[in-house]
Amino acid sequence: MATVELRFSALPEHVRTARLVAAAVARRAGVDEAVLDEVRLAVGEACTRAVGLHQSNGVSAPVRVALTEDEKQFSIEVGDEAPRSAPGDRAPGARGGEGGEPEAESEDEMGLAVISGLVDDVEVTAGESGGLIRMTWPTTPAPLVP
Amino acid sequence: MDLSLSTRTVGDRTVVEVGGEIDVYTAPKLREQLVELVNDGSFHLVVDMEGVDFLDSTGLGVLVGGLKRVRAHEGSLRLVCNQERILKIFRITGLTKVFPIHTSVEEAVAATD
Repeated sequence: MATVELRFSALPEHVRTARLVAAAVARRAGVDEAVLDEVRLAVGEACTRAVGLHQSNGVSAPVRVALTEDEKQFSIEVGDEAPRSAPGDRAPGARGGEGGEPEAESEDEMGLAVISGLVDDVEVTAGESGGLIRMTWPTTPAPLVP
Repeated sequence: MDLSLSTRTVGDRTVVEVGGEIDVYTAPKLREQLVELVNDGSFHLVVDMEGVDFLDSTGLGVLVGGLKRVRAHEGSLRLVCNQERILKIFRITGLTKVFPIHTSVEEAVAATD
């Protein structure tokens, strides 16, 4: 079971809450202080993406965030319920709801780019019932590699 | 924590001072501000990010959109930022190559291409 689980309505104003909760739980779990900014940013990106997918697909279900503390690692799962016909597919017109704002189209991909740039251990999966981003950080200092 | 925005004119540049958190919720306000400035004929913008506590890809998207708009008028969009946590986001997305990033507003205002 997750240490802390959070479900929030797919609205932009709640993404900040998810960031704050994730950072608080990560800190308690022993994630290095220097990495907390990355945790905050990565979980924000994942939640932003989930909110966008729910909104553009008309999904009324909440976005789910599971924060799990294990012995040596801390993981965050952000799950959405936006259906994809095939893994990695994006719904047509996703996030383009503002009359084709040029910056809107690339935001989803930029969010994933930020996540993969920040987090070494990340898995992105998607299927008919939705998608899941799983990110993991060590909670003990990583050994120095020569 | 919300987003704070204020603008002032320095010579032919318009300085937009941004404070707080730029994320999916607040980024539309920044977008509106940039669009409004460009519509009003301010094509040389300096976005001062020294007061920004948090920036995500939505914020980056708005800045890229702003750059696109000013460039359509042969303008410029320069950033002022010294915060490592914010600069890191520009680096991992490769946007340090897209935006001129300065260490002070004075430097950004004085800069020419």
